[in-house]
Amino acid sequence: MKSYLTLALFFVSPLLAADAPVLIQNANILTVTKGTVKGSILLENGKIAAIADKVPAPAGAVIVDASGKYVMPGIIDCHSHIMIEAVNEGSVSVSSMVGISDVLNPEDIAIYRALAGGVTTANILHGSANAIGGKTLVMKLRWGKSAEEMKFQGAMPGIKFALGENPKRAGNVTGPGAQAGGRYPATRMGVEDVIREAFNDATVYKASWDAYTAKVARGETAIPPARDLRLEPLVEVLEGKRLVHAHCYRQDEILMLLRIADDYGFKIRTLQHVLEGYKVAKEIAAHGAGASTFSDWWAYKMEAQDAIPYNAAIMVRKGVLVSLNSDDGELMRHLDKEAAKTMKYGGLSETEALSLITINPAKQLMIDNRVGSLEVGKDADVLLYDGHPLSNLSKVLKVWIDGHEYFDRDRDLQERNSREISKKALIEKQTSEQKRQSPPAGPITRAQGGPSL
Amino acid sequence: MLLGPAVLFGASSAASSGTEAYLIRGATVHTMAGRDIENGSVLIRDGKIVGVGKNLSAPKDVKVIEAKGLQVYPGMIDAGTEIGLVEVNAVRETQDMNEIGRFNPQLVALTAVNPSSEHIPVTRVNGITSVATMPQGQLISGQVSLIHLDGWTTDEMGIKARAALHMRMPFLQIGGGRRFVPDDEPGGGSIGGSNYSEARRNFEKQVADLNDFFESARRYKLAKQAHAPDFREDLKLDSMIPVIDGIEPILVTAIREREIRDAIAFADSQKVKIILCEAPEAYKVIREIKAHDIPVILGPVFALPMDEDDPYDRAFTTAADLDKAGIRFAFASLSGGASLASRNLPYQAAQAVAFGLPHDDALKALTRNAAEIWGVANQIGTIEEGKLADLIVTDGDPLESRTQVRNVFIRGKLVDLNNRQKELYEKYLNRP
Repeated sequence: MKSYLTLALFFVSPLLAADAPVLIQNANILTVTKGTVKGSILLENGKIAAIADKVPAPAGAVIVDASGKYVMPGIIDCHSHIMIEAVNEGSVSVSSMVGISDVLNPEDIAIYRALAGGVTTANILHGSANAIGGKTLVMKLRWGKSAEEMKFQGAMPGIKFALGENPKRAGNVTGPGAQAGGRYPATRMGVEDVIREAFNDATVYKASWDAYTAKVARGETAIPPARDLRLEPLVEVLEGKRLVHAHCYRQDEILMLLRIADDYGFKIRTLQHVLEGYKVAKEIAAHGAGASTFSDWWAYKMEAQDAIPYNAAIMVRKGVLVSLNSDDGELMRHLDKEAAKTMKYGGLSETEALSLITINPAKQLMIDNRVGSLEVGKDADVLLYDGHPLSNLSKVLKVWIDGHEYFDRDRDLQERNSREISKKALIEKQTSEQKRQSPPAGPITRAQGGPSL
Repeated sequence: MLLGPAVLFGASSAASSGTEAYLIRGATVHTMAGRDIENGSVLIRDGKIVGVGKNLSAPKDVKVIEAKGLQVYPGMIDAGTEIGLVEVNAVRETQDMNEIGRFNPQLVALTAVNPSSEHIPVTRVNGITSVATMPQGQLISGQVSLIHLDGWTTDEMGIKARAALHMRMPFLQIGGGRRFVPDDEPGGGSIGGSNYSEARRNFEKQVADLNDFFESARRYKLAKQAHAPDFREDLKLDSMIPVIDGIEPILVTAIREREIRDAIAFADSQKVKIILCEAPEAYKVIREIKAHDIPVILGPVFALPMDEDDPYDRAFTTAADLDKAGIRFAFASLSGGASLASRNLPYQAAQAVAFGLPHDDALKALTRNAAEIWGVANQIGTIEEGKLADLIVTDGDPLESRTQVRNVFIRGKLVDLNNRQKELYEKYLNRP
């Protein structure tokens, strides 16, 4: 039933043809990196072709009058679990062999909903059950396309780590994990050990391959080592070819992970959640790790007890590269509103606040040459708002990715009726087929003896 | 830090000594009871508003708050939350919302409100001065209490201890292999079933038991009135008397359309007064809700659509739908982890404005409507002479995140705007 409806939604999406250039005129253009421009922005061949007071319209261009409206870069969510069918491979503490790539569901309605909230790019991660989770992917929310077509080509692959309460929960001998065998680790000490043991193994494994390649290079006969799919991603981490995104909360575990990284000679690309990051901002900045946090979540568990809504602002002031993420399919729809809170809590400027959901996460994911700001030559991932994006009273009207319009509020509103009609038709068809195949077993009604209230 | 006058006057979190008097002068006063007053003043004495107008002179003994360019609003009301009843959601020992058993009308939320909860100062700095805090659970979970977010003790915090009876409408639920839990175990009387007929049976049992319970309460009342010789006081049934008499409302949590319709039918058949709670599908039952004049305490605006094929903005527009139909409603943070979302209540209302709710109506829903629905409109919800001085001074629209709340008055007392989060901020911002 559900899949029928999804398909119906899917088919009303616009047919994909070569996109005409789009010229947005009379807009307040918040470039994030180059100030505010009052004027026009031209999207052509998937890229931002011009931003200026006045831009001549190319032949066949779609003109969008944005008088009184605002334009900003597409929002980038550095931590999301949408569009995946499986989140945790929770049976082992080191699950680096699994990957997001294998569980993508391009028809997840959460994609469209996030798009309607202005998100154009998302870092899709595994959950936090394991000290070392699986291989992550950066996706563009090209709703209606295949999973393969949604992948952000050229983005660095990543891997999820997790510290603290979540990875130790599975080992809790008094908790539900006990029934599952109480797997190691059950403490923050054990979490550190699991990661160190894994990198010890990875170092040995890397050495075996280095020795093999050296022999081959010297023209000697050599037998390649057996491939280890669990250790390969960790070797890529050691070689700087895979970014580490580490779920963490408390300052002690944050410093613990930075020490491990220093000891094994790799970098933590982002600390995720990092709710006590403000306590060790200096050390985070010194390591060069980014921090991707929530605006104001707290009190939901013990390790979030010292979470403060000033976290992002303090870390920004102390020189950390900070972004705000959602970790949630609902919150993902209003990251703009989350960013606005940092002006209240800690006094960030408008540009600093907007950076937290655009250029900063782009830098953290090393895709800032492509997205994260409105600059000529960058991907045409662009949002149109009916008011200032940092106002709680504003909303997203249109979303372009690579110059293609993936969301349009007016069209969405118009299509609701036809969607209702096709939904009804599908339900009727299903009901009549059911009737033909089996005796009536329809919904209970009062007349059939439902309970009287 | 924009602590301003709060620091100036060295306000503490102490309850009013009864002699404090303030004049807020030169502000735009949004009374929520008629027109806004430009360059207006509010005179506060002994916990109450004693003057509202354009040219109030300052009596000698008052502390004057110059509020030129600032805005004054009634304190906002979170019409449904768990504040005071839970500190850390994941830590069982800090939870006091869920009692064992299906029929607990004798339990009162106020009993378990922790006046030292850190959620209180964290929430009121955003301009929320009172909340309805509620027990949670199956069927009848207890009495919702309306409290001020200030006070040395629960007694000082309480506005109305028994504001409503919280009831969860029974619903048909087929859980993935969930077993039926006996009534006396935690989560007892679970409505789920491992298959449809079991779930149906359980649902019908809940409905029958609920009706029986109300019937018992009626018989109990008769026995009590008749001074029957064998009459023995029963705390549960005694708590039901104001409810069956239609004096105290039932706050009925009803999620799906069917539950909402069932709740309305239940109110009709039992002749009780109800307030709908959460009610994300209220938009499907507009006509009936309106016809029965039932108020709605709406669940979070920032919520995902209930069904995959609902419009993406479904939860954003429900407030506007109710408003258009003339149904009285208020906003509530509700649901799991509500207390951490309570401070964001005005931003939930803002999202409803972005999607069609008139701005003034959003403010009313956050203040006046909530007070009316909770039956305390004679005390709070507007800025009028004679009402409790629950009000806030801001530098802008309280619906906007960037707006700073400069002062918060609760019962005429300037409350401390400091909290643990601000202390941690100051401490670590200045870490060498």
